[in-house]
Amino acid sequence: MGNAFNTITFDKGRCDGCGDCMTVCAKLPGSAGRSRLSVIVAPDRSDFELAICRQCGQPKCVMNCPAGALAKGEQDGIVRWEGAKCVGCLLCTVGCRYGGIVPHAEARQMSKCDQCEGDPACVTVCKSGALSFNRAGALYNRVGNLEDLFAPGLSACQGCNSELLIRHTLRHVGPETVVATPPGCIAGMGAVGYNGQTGTKVPVFHPLLTNTASMLTGIRRTYKRRGRDVTALALAGDGGVVDVGFQSLSGAAERGEELLFICVDNEGYMNTGMQRSGSTSYGSWTSTTPVGKRMHGKSRDSKDMPLMMMMHRCEYVATASLGFMDDYYAKLDKAIAAAKRGMAYIHVYAPCPTGWRFPSSATIETCRKSVETNFVTLWEYTPDAGLRFTRPVDNPIPVEEYLRLFGKYRHLSPEQVTHIRQTTVDKVKHLKMHARAAEEARQANDVPLKGE
Amino acid sequence: MNQTTYLIAGSSHAAIEAVAAIRMVDPEGEVVMATADQRLPYSPTILPYVVSGRTSPETATLRGAAWLEANRVRFLAASPIAEVQPDQRQVRMADGAVWRYERLLLATGARPALPPIAGLAAQPHHVLRTVEDALALQAAIAGARQAVILGAGLVGLHAAETMRKAGLGVTVIEQKSQVLPGYFDGEASRMIEKAFRDHGIEMVMGETAAAVEAQDDKGFRLQLAGGGERAGDLLLIAAGVRPVTDFLAGSGVDLGQGVLVDARMRTSVPNVWAAGDVAQADRFLDGVKAMAGILPNAVEQGRIAGADMAGDSAVKPFPGSVPLNTFAYFGNHAISVGALDEAGAVIETHAGDGCYIRLVIAEGRLRGISAINHVVDAGLMWQLILRRIDLAPVLQDFLARPHEIGRVLMSRLWR
Ligand SMILES: Cc1cc2nc3c(=O)[nH]c(=O)nc-3n(C[C@H](O)[C@H](O)[C@H](O)COP(=O)(O)OP(=O)(O)OC[C@H]3O[C@@H](n4cnc5c(N)ncnc54)[C@H](O)[C@@H]3O)c2cc1C
Repeated sequence: MGNAFNTITFDKGRCDGCGDCMTVCAKLPGSAGRSRLSVIVAPDRSDFELAICRQCGQPKCVMNCPAGALAKGEQDGIVRWEGAKCVGCLLCTVGCRYGGIVPHAEARQMSKCDQCEGDPACVTVCKSGALSFNRAGALYNRVGNLEDLFAPGLSACQGCNSELLIRHTLRHVGPETVVATPPGCIAGMGAVGYNGQTGTKVPVFHPLLTNTASMLTGIRRTYKRRGRDVTALALAGDGGVVDVGFQSLSGAAERGEELLFICVDNEGYMNTGMQRSGSTSYGSWTSTTPVGKRMHGKSRDSKDMPLMMMMHRCEYVATASLGFMDDYYAKLDKAIAAAKRGMAYIHVYAPCPTGWRFPSSATIETCRKSVETNFVTLWEYTPDAGLRFTRPVDNPIPVEEYLRLFGKYRHLSPEQVTHIRQTTVDKVKHLKMHARAAEEARQANDVPLKGE
Repeated sequence: MNQTTYLIAGSSHAAIEAVAAIRMVDPEGEVVMATADQRLPYSPTILPYVVSGRTSPETATLRGAAWLEANRVRFLAASPIAEVQPDQRQVRMADGAVWRYERLLLATGARPALPPIAGLAAQPHHVLRTVEDALALQAAIAGARQAVILGAGLVGLHAAETMRKAGLGVTVIEQKSQVLPGYFDGEASRMIEKAFRDHGIEMVMGETAAAVEAQDDKGFRLQLAGGGERAGDLLLIAAGVRPVTDFLAGSGVDLGQGVLVDARMRTSVPNVWAAGDVAQADRFLDGVKAMAGILPNAVEQGRIAGADMAGDSAVKPFPGSVPLNTFAYFGNHAISVGALDEAGAVIETHAGDGCYIRLVIAEGRLRGISAINHVVDAGLMWQLILRRIDLAPVLQDFLARPHEIGRVLMSRLWR
């Protein structure tokens, strides 16, 4: 697998414009007195933007350097500058389209971000949390070196992030795993296999939509009885979790069965023709909630499945979005451990290019927007610590910016948008209530009681 | 019979980027790079800095042996192509060797143009295009007292500064009425010219050399078309370049001023591409096919040619060349991107304190920006021009603070 790289990320919603990042950067030896990143105030003073070297995959500064003074590190992806070779022509600034290069014209040289070689000072000094060092690249490299337990060649729709999810999850969970893929996209895209060959390199089976949790329970218990510690992993769609599969899952959770249950929520029965499910969001077009004179997409709100699982007091419950891989990985680690003690449930929000109608190249972008608007919230729960936001978004961008990404919302009336805006706010408010309670309990040293 | 899948003629920017693009989609196809140079790939752009001693030919390789090996390039140094025979899909090298190719890239660049000056052929003079030229010029500077430079473009001015700093008397003669024509307007170029005058360099504008003859044992005497004359002992010709196309005679490849190419750098002949200083492609601002002669353009064209040669389905057509440059002189810094003027354009200039900035806006879109001693993200402005970004909503802010507002637009429009 190729190398993935860490990045400095900027969450403008959190930036307060204090400028500490620039002050500290300018003092670093490699900066020669000029900060290598700059926070810019927007013309209407409404928010902040960041100009910083992106450590591009195919860096044009390197291509435009006539002196061979810039090169991209093969291992860490950092585009480095070699002062001894630089002639100071500043043609690198012509190559860069991101404002990532700081010219020092009078000294005939330049400077640029080198991520402080792995420990960026700007991130350390940022109090608001706007700057962070995303180490997902290191994660990819680590996981990329593990065996891919999925066969090459899946027949998922273009842009579907399930492949990303499956390959990474299976690599991470490892070979001592039995996978259940109930009817749904994941089974359909080749997980259960073709012509007598499975799509996974670990045992996989195809339960009914209704009994996934029950069958996995049996498998986990059987192996346990035989003295083998096997992870019982479900990769199920929202139909098989929120609707038809709910009864068996709820039962398994209530009994504390040791399962790692991952729900890939694309808000509907997508592989059978995009019918609505209990998880389909309000207002969505689906083939069973069409848009016409009388119907205007789905008229009901979606069930909040992860909250329901929290109410089961599972060993571990979390929500995730593949726009935030490092967050997902941290949760997967905890879930794998928790699944040895009881039910671990991860609810992955999975935008569906085919069913939601957006370009296949935009999946990760839609994931990000879902979180930045608070349409999706990233949190985790354990009976001990209660609910905790893992990536709180305090100044969300308007939810309309999320809605407008999808064809399935194109028909929304202003009233429907208002409804979505309101439920989004209400949902966050409700979650915050839980988070606050957990926080208060922690402070009072009065840890919530585990179990009954 | 020698044969290869990809034959790349030249080893500079266009050639290197073509190879990189080929390797993105075709890791295995054979690549042979045949060049006129004796050395590992280097860029002519570093030569002024070789002359000034800031760098050396040994340090300033563009890509070294490790790169060639990693990209599995068979490198043929000192192997200029002498003839192209597209019907046989083969080329003949100067040493007589014949190579068959499946796809050929002409990235042979340019060489200095010599103006018609009576007696020039017989008179020792310098040009600057190869490392050998640079080393010869450097040696000559060490033993010279009075230099005459023909041409006040980037090469001529850079050399003038180096020579002046080395203690020589320097005269620059420029045919046009201003320095750096095409990159800076009258006002900016006068500021630049003044800096050179202030450092004791004689700047003769709007004048051409008519004849040259030897004087004493190593000196010369140059007659100017306007009647004057200058004497000196070091003559540098920096009067522009012309593409290297002589080896294409009889090949059937269509030539204008250079090798005519389409937006994928294809020439008129199948299986033959051209990129960089040798190619004549569309200009972005007016769509006319023209020579560009700058490094960033060679890089872009090289990438496109390589991608197309390797059958990369994602290849994006060339949007057209945009004039671009950065120029440092006597502690100052000038930068220019795009048009200097345009019919119907709004022109905004600010000057003062040794700084200058000029913005050309047409129909609410940026067409050009040039500046002296201002920080401007040239690459970012280039994108604003190429993407024809509508600046109307932020126009006043942009005119006042192009650098900051450019960065805000960048953050919002592309990542
Ligand atoms: C002194 C100087 C300063 C410059 N400064 C700047 C600057 O500041 N900014 C800027 O943008 N541009 C500058 N340039 C221009 C820039 O260097 C060129 O635009 C760029 O190098 C073009 O790259 P290229 O690959 O097209 O061709 P070139 O760099 O010209 O390379 C041509 C290659 O082809 C080889 N070749 C020639 N003939 C043959 C043949 N018959 N067969 C095989 N190979 C052959 C040559 O050996 C060479 O390797 C400068 C140029 C010079 C000379």
